[in-house]
Amino acid sequence: MTTTQIAPAARQRLLPPEAGRAGFVDALRSEFTKIRSTRSTYWTLLALIVVCIGIGALACAGTASHPQGISAAGFDATQQSLAGLYVGQLVIAALGALTITSEYSTGMIRTSLAVQPRRGVVFAAKGVVFAVVTLITGLVTSFGSFFVGQAILSGAHLSATLGQPNVLRAVIGGALFLTACGMLAYGLGAVLRHTAAAISAAIGLLFVVTVLVQFLPHSWQDSVDKWMPALAGSQVWATKVTGGAHQFPAWGGFAVLAGWAAAAIIVGLVLFRTRDA
Amino acid sequence: MIEARGLTKRFGDKLAVDQLSFTVEPGRITGFLGPNGAGKTTTMRLILGLDRPTRGSVTVHGKEFSRLAYPMHEIGALLDAKAVHGGRSAYNHLLCLAQANGIPRARVGEVLELVGLTDVAGKRSRGFSLGMGQRLGIAAALLGDPAILMFDEPVNGLDPEGILWIRNLMKALAAEGRTIFVSSHLMSEMENTADHLLVIGRGRLIADCSVAEFIERNSVQSVRVRTPKPELLADLIAAAGGTTVAGAGGVLVAQGLPVDRIGDLAFENAIRLHELAPAQASLEEAFMELTADSVEFQAHTPGSGTASRTDRMHPTGVAS
Repeated sequence: MTTTQIAPAARQRLLPPEAGRAGFVDALRSEFTKIRSTRSTYWTLLALIVVCIGIGALACAGTASHPQGISAAGFDATQQSLAGLYVGQLVIAALGALTITSEYSTGMIRTSLAVQPRRGVVFAAKGVVFAVVTLITGLVTSFGSFFVGQAILSGAHLSATLGQPNVLRAVIGGALFLTACGMLAYGLGAVLRHTAAAISAAIGLLFVVTVLVQFLPHSWQDSVDKWMPALAGSQVWATKVTGGAHQFPAWGGFAVLAGWAAAAIIVGLVLFRTRDA
Repeated sequence: MIEARGLTKRFGDKLAVDQLSFTVEPGRITGFLGPNGAGKTTTMRLILGLDRPTRGSVTVHGKEFSRLAYPMHEIGALLDAKAVHGGRSAYNHLLCLAQANGIPRARVGEVLELVGLTDVAGKRSRGFSLGMGQRLGIAAALLGDPAILMFDEPVNGLDPEGILWIRNLMKALAAEGRTIFVSSHLMSEMENTADHLLVIGRGRLIADCSVAEFIERNSVQSVRVRTPKPELLADLIAAAGGTTVAGAGGVLVAQGLPVDRIGDLAFENAIRLHELAPAQASLEEAFMELTADSVEFQAHTPGSGTASRTDRMHPTGVAS
């Protein structure tokens, strides 16, 4: 194991490219290698798919076994099959937070920034890679949940098809919803730099707050709950507005969630760039 | 070349680095020496832009670190061997770093071979021993084939074989014309490897000189003599301008006169000598003396009122 010879005398120095600089494309490659080379990524994404499809299937099986009193007109078969997203948002939030907090908990961040000191590049590449991976996994999750759910509901003649109004938008919206939730947690992770704190904050914002506003007086609730990230964002994976007529429509609601995510990411970026690593 | 000008870093009300100005010249090993807590790691973090200076600046090859086009080609650093994601294999760890600077994949295999980790390249680094982790960190530093290498306490906690390996590696890297900037809290570590020394204490620069100069300037030359007539010789030495301390069995330790002069004095006065030997304070002693006032935490011997110099212990309990 004792190696004192560093290089054969005749070896060519490894030269940097003559022009340019280590940039965004290099950072994307690097971040993709990072995300694909830890087991936790695979386990979390697998959990996301299984949990979402499983819960959606259970919800649809429940409806299919007791279809009495459900009118096909009022029932949102698409939303029912995507019910697993309520839990899926928490799974992806955990991965989003971990994407950046694991660099702090392991100390890897110091190594990462010592090879690419332009922090905005690192932060953006990490976010883009995570978003793309999540979007693709989200599409698998969303379409998988939809087809499994509809197959179960078809027994009760309650199933929807992709050709019906808003259905395709809602199924794709499920993947967008997951991506936005993940990015919100990514931003929070950059702000808090601590895995447990970031995951708690993300779950608090997505889940706990949604539950808490239910306890507000009705007059307040109507003006508050539509601005809550998870409730607003969930409009995009339903074919009809849910939670009351005062809620935002599908894309409006998604824009509210995206706004929350953008705010977290911007604060995260500013802190990531300015704080000592 | 690394240049610091008035580099200052304050954490709360504590000055970690206090107006450091120095130049790490190319093509030699510069030892960065100071007691624990003196600001060595902070200085290195400032060089890499991990911390932002409160005042002053530091440049690598004339540029701020974050403005280097391909940082890994300019400077390879090993600050903390544990700064890796333990769930990632050694190969993938190095690959993601190489990719960040557009370094070809083949280079990953080269550096793994160089540090002798080829056999465990596919293993997750969580299970690595300290020595293996250190090798992985060095492999990462070498990826870009950089002109400057910076190591923070590279031998800390290593076994003798590992220490020897790192020492030889640094010498070999310097022989290739690279600049090596290596920190340590042990003078003995630098004595054999460094060409030049930067000594800091409490964030301030206390010495910036060659190793030879450091020894000359800081170690007190003393002469040990043994004679049946110590009193007589002590008087003669005192008359000639030296000082002595008497020991048991006719031993005298003289300071302030060269060894030849003491031998001559004895001969001229017909004093029989049984021993005459120059003794040099070790570099470790010289270093501890120099930094004694700048050690952050001082241990006092229990029971003794005020600590004399010999009571002062290095915060890590380094034996001299």
